[in-house]
Amino acid sequence: MKVFFAFVKKEFWHVIRDKRSLIILIGLPIVMMLLFGFALTSEVKNSNIAILDFSKDAASKILVDRIDQSQYFTVNKYLHSENEIEGVFRKGEVRLVLIFPQNFENDLSKDKKTQLRLVADASDPNTANITINYASAIIRDYQNELNENKKLPYTIEMETRMLYNPQLKSSYNFVPGVMTLIMMLLGAMMTSVSIVKEKEMGTMEILLVSPMKPIMVLVSKAVPYMVLCFLDIILILLMAVYILDMPIQGSLVLLLAESLLFIITTLSLGLLISVNVNSQQVAMFISLVALLMPSLIFSGFMFPIENMPLPLQVMSNLIPTKWYYSIVKAIMVKGLAFEYVLKQTLILAGMTVFFLTIAIKKFKINLEA
Amino acid sequence: MMSEVVIHTENLTRKFGDFVAVNNISFDVKAGEIFGFLGANGAGKTTAMKILCGLLSPTSGVASVAGFDVYKENEQIKENIGYMSQKFSLYENLTVRENITFFGGIYGIDRKSLKIKSEELIRRLGLGLEADKLVGSLPLGWKQKISFSVAILHNPKVVFLDEPTGGVDPITRRQFWDMIYEASAKGITVFVTTHYMDEAEYCDRVSIMVDGAIAAMGKPSDLKKQFGVENMDGVFLQLARGAKRSE
Repeated sequence: MKVFFAFVKKEFWHVIRDKRSLIILIGLPIVMMLLFGFALTSEVKNSNIAILDFSKDAASKILVDRIDQSQYFTVNKYLHSENEIEGVFRKGEVRLVLIFPQNFENDLSKDKKTQLRLVADASDPNTANITINYASAIIRDYQNELNENKKLPYTIEMETRMLYNPQLKSSYNFVPGVMTLIMMLLGAMMTSVSIVKEKEMGTMEILLVSPMKPIMVLVSKAVPYMVLCFLDIILILLMAVYILDMPIQGSLVLLLAESLLFIITTLSLGLLISVNVNSQQVAMFISLVALLMPSLIFSGFMFPIENMPLPLQVMSNLIPTKWYYSIVKAIMVKGLAFEYVLKQTLILAGMTVFFLTIAIKKFKINLEA
Repeated sequence: MMSEVVIHTENLTRKFGDFVAVNNISFDVKAGEIFGFLGANGAGKTTAMKILCGLLSPTSGVASVAGFDVYKENEQIKENIGYMSQKFSLYENLTVRENITFFGGIYGIDRKSLKIKSEELIRRLGLGLEADKLVGSLPLGWKQKISFSVAILHNPKVVFLDEPTGGVDPITRRQFWDMIYEASAKGITVFVTTHYMDEAEYCDRVSIMVDGAIAAMGKPSDLKKQFGVENMDGVFLQLARGAKRSE
């Protein structure tokens, strides 16, 4: 045990004195959280909208005001003919054009049937979709208000509820995603690089010749990084709660326990890399390309897995990050209890045991060669 | 000189597939002896040394270090040996003191005597001012001395030195050998591999490996007489010329 503590102390000295690893450990989570929190948000606010109003009556004015006052749109242009529409899109001045027909108010009150047209710049399809939805919602609200005064014989009222994330905040999606990615990157990269560094420097030889058991050498190398990654999780959660106003709906203890399991998964991946390579560059490259890329694509954080072709969907099951991401979302966003994440937990635990077994086997073989 | 045998090998062989890295080597090293283990690159020195350090098990033959069998008792072997490699193997971003504390710690020296030992070592090496500097900032010669001192800090029975003087100047090398003599006088057996033939002269006894087997063994003075040459260089060249394996 004393030996173990001597080792842990040494490892902390390494990290604290190496500026690069400090920057990665502390800077990376902060930068990622702030980037995703404020810059890379998928919420669309204050989009420019142009109005082409052929009726110019009271009703159209009210609707335009409503749109302008909402936080999603700014009316910044009034067009006079359909020919101008293409021009404003080309110049990128607006994302959306709303077209009122002639006699809008008249039709609305007499026939109770009129048509509005929304034209969106779909060169960015996601944004186009989102702005159309926002605009439709505002128009629907207005229509509902009118209908309250004049009883309609038959109406279907739709009430949509966004469960778990009523405000459609993007942080509900990216905080679990960023947690997953950072842990994958730090856990695997830091451990593998630090072990391979000992190989490069020749200190690994000394450790193996010492009375320390080879397995203990690996464990002692991994534990400090486990602690550091855990501190990072806490840092990320603090930022999520206090800076990005994202509540943790479920049990914090459960969330931390699952995170610890995932950290161990990434550490064992790190060990697996380190027993197979002999230079720090290769270790870093493998962590980045072979681990981070699939994690990014297949965790479900950036791209919905349901939309992928079947073979890729099947493949995504092999990626540990997918399971952890779904656990974090379930606990943080939906507030689910342990029995709902049992399946994911077991899969993750199974993968961890698998990676560790291979790493240790391989490590023993390497000692012999 | 004590006559206790500290390293004993008999027909020691290690194969990697068809390749016989170490071929039937037999030798004894006595306590306090400085034993030079010479040979060209690829002659099998490192493999033999790994076996003796308990890192690798032999294919056949007998070997024991400090009275412990290399097949079954490599845990005990590791407690009784020190090891220093050609890379000097200290942590560059730890201070001298921290390095001593760490390596002392993994060899199981308790905290109290470790403190006393490390202060004594720092004083003896004249490192008072450098003790809290990062090892990375020290010259190579210093690193090498510290590395050797760390390797024998726990008073091992045997210390294995794998080309310990690579890349340092002759004066530092001479000083380093003074430290080796000191250790040997304290009863620590020194098993050293080297490329420098002048260093071979400093050893009590040397063995020269060619193609995995021991081609010659004895006191440097006897070997020179036997081969009729002026220095160890001559002995080595005569033997190495017949080698089939080389890098």
